[in-house]
Amino acid sequence: MTLLSLHKIRKSFGAVDVLHGVDLSVAAGEVVGLVGDNGAGKSTLMKTITGIYRADTGSIEFDGKDILALDPGQRRRLGIEMIYQDLSLAKQQDVASNIFLGREPTKRLLGLFPGFVDKTEMDRQAARMIERLGAHLPSISRSVGSFSGGQQQTVAIARALTFNPKLVIMDEPTAALAVREVQSVLDLIRRLKSEGIAVILISHRLNDVLSVTDRIVVLRHGRADADLVTAKTNMNEVVSRIVGGGDTAAAAAHEQRG
Amino acid sequence: MASETAQPGFWARVQRASVERLHIRLESLLVLVLLSAAMALLSPFFLSLSNFLNILLATSTIGVLAIAATFVIGSGGLDLSLGSVMGLAGVAGAFVAVNLGWPSVFAVIACILAGSIAGYINGQLVTRAFVPAFIVTLGMLGLARGLALVISQGRAIYGLPPEIVYIGQGRPLGIPMPVIIFVLTAIVAHTVLAYTRFGRHTLALGDSEGAARAAGIRVEQHRRIIYTLSGALAGLAGLLFTARVNAGDPTAGINYELTAITAAIIGGTNLFGGRASILGTMIGALIMGVLQNGLTLLAVQSYYQQMAIGAVLILAVFIDQYQVRKKSRV
Repeated sequence: MTLLSLHKIRKSFGAVDVLHGVDLSVAAGEVVGLVGDNGAGKSTLMKTITGIYRADTGSIEFDGKDILALDPGQRRRLGIEMIYQDLSLAKQQDVASNIFLGREPTKRLLGLFPGFVDKTEMDRQAARMIERLGAHLPSISRSVGSFSGGQQQTVAIARALTFNPKLVIMDEPTAALAVREVQSVLDLIRRLKSEGIAVILISHRLNDVLSVTDRIVVLRHGRADADLVTAKTNMNEVVSRIVGGGDTAAAAAHEQRG
Repeated sequence: MASETAQPGFWARVQRASVERLHIRLESLLVLVLLSAAMALLSPFFLSLSNFLNILLATSTIGVLAIAATFVIGSGGLDLSLGSVMGLAGVAGAFVAVNLGWPSVFAVIACILAGSIAGYINGQLVTRAFVPAFIVTLGMLGLARGLALVISQGRAIYGLPPEIVYIGQGRPLGIPMPVIIFVLTAIVAHTVLAYTRFGRHTLALGDSEGAARAAGIRVEQHRRIIYTLSGALAGLAGLLFTARVNAGDPTAGINYELTAITAAIIGGTNLFGGRASILGTMIGALIMGVLQNGLTLLAVQSYYQQMAIGAVLILAVFIDQYQVRKKSRV
């Protein structure tokens, strides 16, 4: 069943055309790798899915609904989450504040005034989520900026998973991680798939992409240039589609070793 | 990293607990206590109930402005027009009451409304015209002051009705009305900033606009609300001041933004947003109040007081930045 379907998405910033009519579809529970050179438009495409950018033309359907006119908050409520490369954390706020940012549980103060943040409930759920991810944080009441890179990423992942998403977009989730942390992110992607959650993985690390995805979409010059079934392709073909043909054996071999 | 394994010292733990639970920094409280003790030693008049109420009364106008400054700076913005908007609001209220002769309730509304409109314009320009907040509110500083002078034709408007004067000079149960209004405003503002979604989103916005946007917070709309709120509070401060001095003075509030922003910063508000608390700002405002009161009791010329406030602002930001640098080096 198609969960997300993009049709002829175009986006330009002033005179710079970034996306020239991208088609992309993702099925429920499918893991799709999105690869391409720097400047191919990967991040822009993802931000038009989350609603940070509004596509100039084209259509975006999610779960059978047209979501083109919805803002990021509304798309989040439908079940689209993104883990940003820079993590997009509010670093002076604590763990629970980040996980629940924009979706804080509320209670009535003295049983009268609505709209008060239920911090106790927030902390409890945040601790449970961090535990479910099998991660350890020094303290959930500390500001996120005092944590290490891997720990900050745990918070970003917890934020994306707390509200039962249907689609999780990950932008270079393994780029800044140690080897062991990379494996746990890849395991996490497999687990999301087994729970029926679709994942779009943006990565330059083609080994990671080849090992966890079902399909690989190559973005080139603002177009979806190739749509490959992971089981039927190989490093050589992916690299050659990214750079646009030519002899790529040496580059592919290099990636393979990587 | 050493900092994660080492047990933090007792002082560090108390500091952290006070920041997390009470949203205040203990250093500012310590400064307030030490400053008060020093003033008490230096002047025999300092420690008395009437002087205490004097300090609170003198702090009430600045305190309301400092609340506004806390919201704006906490959200990553800046409002330099606070003092001018306060002056404009006071004149607007006096004009409605005296020149138009309308009932007092309309004068009160005029004060708050004039402030809100100025703040709303600030917010619109910051979020829609993409002019930096520094420039927008600096421009409004000139605009609002000029308009106040135009409306009043450069002269203070006298002859306010007794209801308005009561707001500034009445003393139910012996407590000055401005102090009551100021304290109530502070309690509401503290609750909103520390415990509501609106307050949390304000700080998240000042912390990282990108994170707030990604979380689905309507960033521009939130900023417009903050600037409008800031203007409304400046309007309230204008009402308090006008009622207390019994005149709509177009030069009221000159340089007050300096003191208000200083109070917010020494209360622990991060100059670049993301961290702020009204309780901390109240301590900051009291520090400014005690400083000015003490220097007055010691017969120090008011020109030197102005210098002291400027120096305190720079010192407070220096200490804050020094601590941030020290932390990031670990």
